Amino acid sequence: MAQVQVRDVSLGYDNNLLVEHLDFSVNAGDYLCIVGENGTGKSTLMRTLLGLQKPLAGSIEFGDGLKSTEIGYLPQQTDVQRDFPASVREIVLSGCQGRMGLRPFYTKEEKALAETNMERMGISEFAKRCYRELSGGQQQRVLLARALCATRKILLLDEPVAGLDPKVTAELYKQIAELNEEGITIIMISHDIDAAVSYASHILHVADKVFFGTREEYKDSALGRRFLKGGEDE
Amino acid sequence: MTPQEMTLFGKLSLYLSYPFVQYAIIVGVLIALCSSLLGVTLVLKRFSFIGDGLSHVAFGGLAIASVVNLTNEMWLVLPITVLSAVLLLRTGQNTRIKGDAAIAMISVGALAFGYLIMNLFSTSTNLSGDVCSTLFGSTSILTLTQQEVILSAILSVLVILLFIFLYHKIFDVTFDENFAKASGTRVELYNTVIAIVIAVIIVLAMNLVGSLLISALVIFPALSAMRLFRSFKAVTIFSAVFSVVCALLGMLISIIYGTPVGSTIVAVDTVAFLICYAIEFFKGGVSS
Ligand SMILES: Nc1ncnc2c1ncn2[C@@H]1O[C@H](COP(=O)(O)OP(=O)(O)O)[C@@H](O)[C@H]1O
Ligand SMILES: [Mg+2]
Repeated sequence: MAQVQVRDVSLGYDNNLLVEHLDFSVNAGDYLCIVGENGTGKSTLMRTLLGLQKPLAGSIEFGDGLKSTEIGYLPQQTDVQRDFPASVREIVLSGCQGRMGLRPFYTKEEKALAETNMERMGISEFAKRCYRELSGGQQQRVLLARALCATRKILLLDEPVAGLDPKVTAELYKQIAELNEEGITIIMISHDIDAAVSYASHILHVADKVFFGTREEYKDSALGRRFLKGGEDE
Repeated sequence: MTPQEMTLFGKLSLYLSYPFVQYAIIVGVLIALCSSLLGVTLVLKRFSFIGDGLSHVAFGGLAIASVVNLTNEMWLVLPITVLSAVLLLRTGQNTRIKGDAAIAMISVGALAFGYLIMNLFSTSTNLSGDVCSTLFGSTSILTLTQQEVILSAILSVLVILLFIFLYHKIFDVTFDENFAKASGTRVELYNTVIAIVIAVIIVLAMNLVGSLLISALVIFPALSAMRLFRSFKAVTIFSAVFSVVCALLGMLISIIYGTPVGSTIVAVDTVAFLICYAIEFFKGGVSS
């Protein structure tokens, strides 16, 4: 069974229907890129996968031993985070909260896990620094390290490279690809169709006509050809 | 020592030898400590308006309590305020009803009805004095009964313990609610607990500074700490120290010079905030 199975899902708000009849599945180890124009409902889809809101219709199932609370999430940046006084270590540690239930304090293992994930993302040297004083790329790596504390199986990333310069973007893509090679499933929203096609194993293109398939199928499809060409023109 | 200082010192030690002044100072310090703890959460979660609304609800509750002549007003004010806190949190989360408008309506309504009830039914000869002291605290901290002191102390200790045990959850829920929810934290539960704790703090703080000045007691320590510190832990600890020091100073000044307790404490808070702001400005100017 697939890790995530989406069946005939419709998304939207009140009287505003965004997407209908979404069908796709994600298997362990897949790297799915969700692409599409602004406002087509990509973030809404991700929030629905996370259980933060309900689909208008259809069903989402988790399988392959994945619990809905074992998901690592990297959100689009919110206002609250920007002026929040928090050190990098405090934020990364908070990724362990989900598994803690009502237990009030962190265990030694959880603290060690946070240290490991900070090393993995190359941010150990910032552990005591204030989050809001870091650069955009460093902040994203902090949030990735936090997401890794929450999961060993699957990461959902909402536009992780938005606002980063090309060099930092390339580094972040490389780190995400490495995590995928270690066996972590990746579902990533991206504006950058070229990067999506070079890293992802599968593509979900949200538009009037939804496309889902492997990246090879996408390159051959009419939709894919149009958008890949459009990307080159720019 | 000049004679003036002698008399100041003499006056202070005389006052401090009275048990009711000692009670007031113990309770004042505990309340100041409690009210500083959730300041960061209140400011960053945009909950400050809930705090404001609740203090008006508490005023309405107090008006009813004083009219029906309860011996200890807290038994009525506390449940009313806690209930309102939970309700306000619900409406705040509901996107259909404009949360802010609902809160404004409830808080202004409570204020109006409170004053109306006091005006219509109060048997007191000094109505405007009563209203003034509920709004601004005035001398009420020095007239606490022993029962009120014990209740305040118990509630304060409960709030502090609860905060220590919920410290990491509060961080998680305040920093990034969506992430917390997605990774399995029981966000609704903790939000409700936070709202209840805020309500308890507000009822407590009414004794110290009156309902109009509560927000100052809650928000100034957090804002000051956020000027100077960069981690949640450091900000939390500094807020607590800041709040306790300002409250102590304010109470001592008000005892010596006979100024109203609540507004003196808030004035000290304001000055201390400006000092923190200046320090940050100076440091920023030097390092850049
Ligand atoms: N909470 C909400 N309530 C109502 N409409 C919303 C809400 N969030 C997003 N929308 C609308 O849904 C559409 C899709 O938003 P979103 O999923 O963020 O798009 P994307 O991430 O693809 O840019 C937008 O038109 C947006 O205005
Ligand atoms: Mg989006």
